[in-house]
Amino acid sequence: MAVLVVADHDNQALRDTTLKTVAAAQSLSNEIDVLVLGHGAESAAQAAAKIAGVRKVLLAEGEPLGRMIAEAVEAVIVPLMAGYDALLVPSTSAGKNFAPRVAAKLDVMQLSDVVQVVDAETFVRPIYAGNALETVRSSDAKKVITVRPTAFKAVAGEGGSAPVERLSASAEAPGTRFVNEEMVVSDRPELGAAKIVVSGGRALGSAEEFRAVIEPLADKIGAAVGASRAAVDAGYAPNDYQVGQTGKVVAPDLYIAVGISGAIQHLAGMKDSKVIVAINKDADAPIFQVADYGWVADYKTAIPALMEELGKSGK
Amino acid sequence: MKVLVPVKRVIDYNVKVRVKPDQSGVDLANVKMSMDPFDEIAVEEAVRLKEKGSATEIVVVSIGPSQAQETIRTALAMGADRGILIQHDAVVEPLAVAKLLKGVVAEEQPGLVVMGKQAIDDDNNATGQMLAALLDWPQATFASKVELTGEGANVTREVDGGLQTLSVKLPAIVTTDLRLNEPRYASLPNIMKAKKKPIDVKSPADYGVDPTPRHTVLKVTEPAKRQAGIKVESAADLVMKLRNEAGVL
Ligand SMILES: Cc1cc2nc3c(=O)[nH]c(=O)nc-3n(C[C@H](O)[C@H](O)[C@H](O)COP(=O)(O)OP(=O)(O)OC[C@H]3O[C@@H](n4cnc5c(N)ncnc54)[C@H](O)[C@@H]3O)c2cc1C
Ligand SMILES: Nc1ncnc2c1ncn2[C@@H]1O[C@H](COP(=O)(O)O)[C@@H](O)[C@H]1O
Repeated sequence: MAVLVVADHDNQALRDTTLKTVAAAQSLSNEIDVLVLGHGAESAAQAAAKIAGVRKVLLAEGEPLGRMIAEAVEAVIVPLMAGYDALLVPSTSAGKNFAPRVAAKLDVMQLSDVVQVVDAETFVRPIYAGNALETVRSSDAKKVITVRPTAFKAVAGEGGSAPVERLSASAEAPGTRFVNEEMVVSDRPELGAAKIVVSGGRALGSAEEFRAVIEPLADKIGAAVGASRAAVDAGYAPNDYQVGQTGKVVAPDLYIAVGISGAIQHLAGMKDSKVIVAINKDADAPIFQVADYGWVADYKTAIPALMEELGKSGK
Repeated sequence: MKVLVPVKRVIDYNVKVRVKPDQSGVDLANVKMSMDPFDEIAVEEAVRLKEKGSATEIVVVSIGPSQAQETIRTALAMGADRGILIQHDAVVEPLAVAKLLKGVVAEEQPGLVVMGKQAIDDDNNATGQMLAALLDWPQATFASKVELTGEGANVTREVDGGLQTLSVKLPAIVTTDLRLNEPRYASLPNIMKAKKKPIDVKSPADYGVDPTPRHTVLKVTEPAKRQAGIKVESAADLVMKLRNEAGVL
């Protein structure tokens, strides 16, 4: 069977999510092609060509594709699928946006957020905020799959030398026009890929406090910053920081939750982290039930003490 | 302009989900059911459009068992005008839901469909996008702001990295994210009024749609449980353990 993987990239480099989605694809087939969509994405296509085990890279460019406008992406992928048995897309906001469109056009029921490939027909996916895992067999002739990247181990991004083929397919989105974007500019690692994540919750009380407490701690240990829904709703942190069932799913080596109670919707986004630290002044907060290291303390004294301790040993 | 709002009846978000011992699914017996929280946001948005004079009529539609009428009534109490229940007792997957909604759209001719980004039971995040594809309409998913502009809508979307604003021509599909609005509680008089609002009951066959699922659920299991770890008493203790015991610093 032939499998098409859609790359996640920033035009220059591939994101880790691409290498993890290729890993999921490898449990299905050895005939893996990678599709790079973008605008000025030649470098990303060259990077994709180096992924170990990739047969061919397809590159389609255009302005709507640079914005990942779903209608344009659909127009490129649907005709390509005549030559593939499965489409694998990382579960990013862009992937979640266009993949179901492709599935509907192919008359296929999508497999969302797959965390395990059992065989070519059978997949495991979380439901109910990750409180249950369902193993489903799809009877569709072609599979459209969004892959939860944190559940797979990245393949090597080096060692391959696949040819890059430029597609001339049209990619129009006549009903949709890009207006603008407001991206959070930061030198910190990306939340989805970071080895350490420091997240703040409602306890922080204001955007100023969030910036003064959570961000310096994150910077001290090279972490990405996350937040609970309550913190985002209240405007302490940008929407893009939300970790959880309906935000980002992360699985870093170390997750530090500061002033977060541990609602199931939040746990859904971080409970697969390797080590979890919880700092909360309420000893009964549910977050302690999943924390490897719990510290019952007021963050107002705990975080400065932690900063000092980390400073002492030169970190 | 008519606005169509699909609403799903799901397990209440506060309920602790239990997997059945025979692995056939999750236990829904005697469990509180509610409108999907994202659909509440969709209804609220539609009601605000009507209050502003941009929408003339709000039609809500639910696909599910007869109890989904209660979910429709909730939407009617919030301010929707009438309901359609497409009654079906078994599971209906997003693809089939989208096909049924396409049938409703053909009948009702709405200028805008506002729906949830995600049903919190199956967590698919697929139906709105599928409906947009079947209709060949523009879509603006994960909306945190919707502004009607006459011929179209400017929709700000929550995406990885920040916010993206798209301008879509109507008719279009908008799916809601958490920050779009805060849904109101229905007042008692409005709950009473909602009892008199009409609900049409239909079946999938009325729309010529076969709702048979494409996915067979082989089993539903509980994920590996994390064990609670230990308590630390000081910053020094925590840093020492993270360095020496866990090796993550
Ligand atoms: C449809 C839906 C989707 C959702 N999706 C998500 C999601 O993706 N992600 C998410 O996070 N939530 C999500 N939620 C919200 C979730 O249910 C919780 O409301 C939210 O996670 C609570 O955030 P919090 O822990 O910051 O706030 P709270 O629950 O209010 O907890 C604050 C905590 O801070 C502690 N605290 C207070 N002061 C201090 C102090 N000085 N020092 C130390 N600790 C202190 C308190 O003891 C408390 O435990 C969703 C909800 C719904 C309905
Ligand atoms: N059975 C249903 N009845 C009405 N609306 C539905 C149904 N299933 C899904 N939807 C709509 O589609 C959205 C996304 O659902 P899903 O794709 O299942 O995550 C929901 O928030 C609803 O607005």
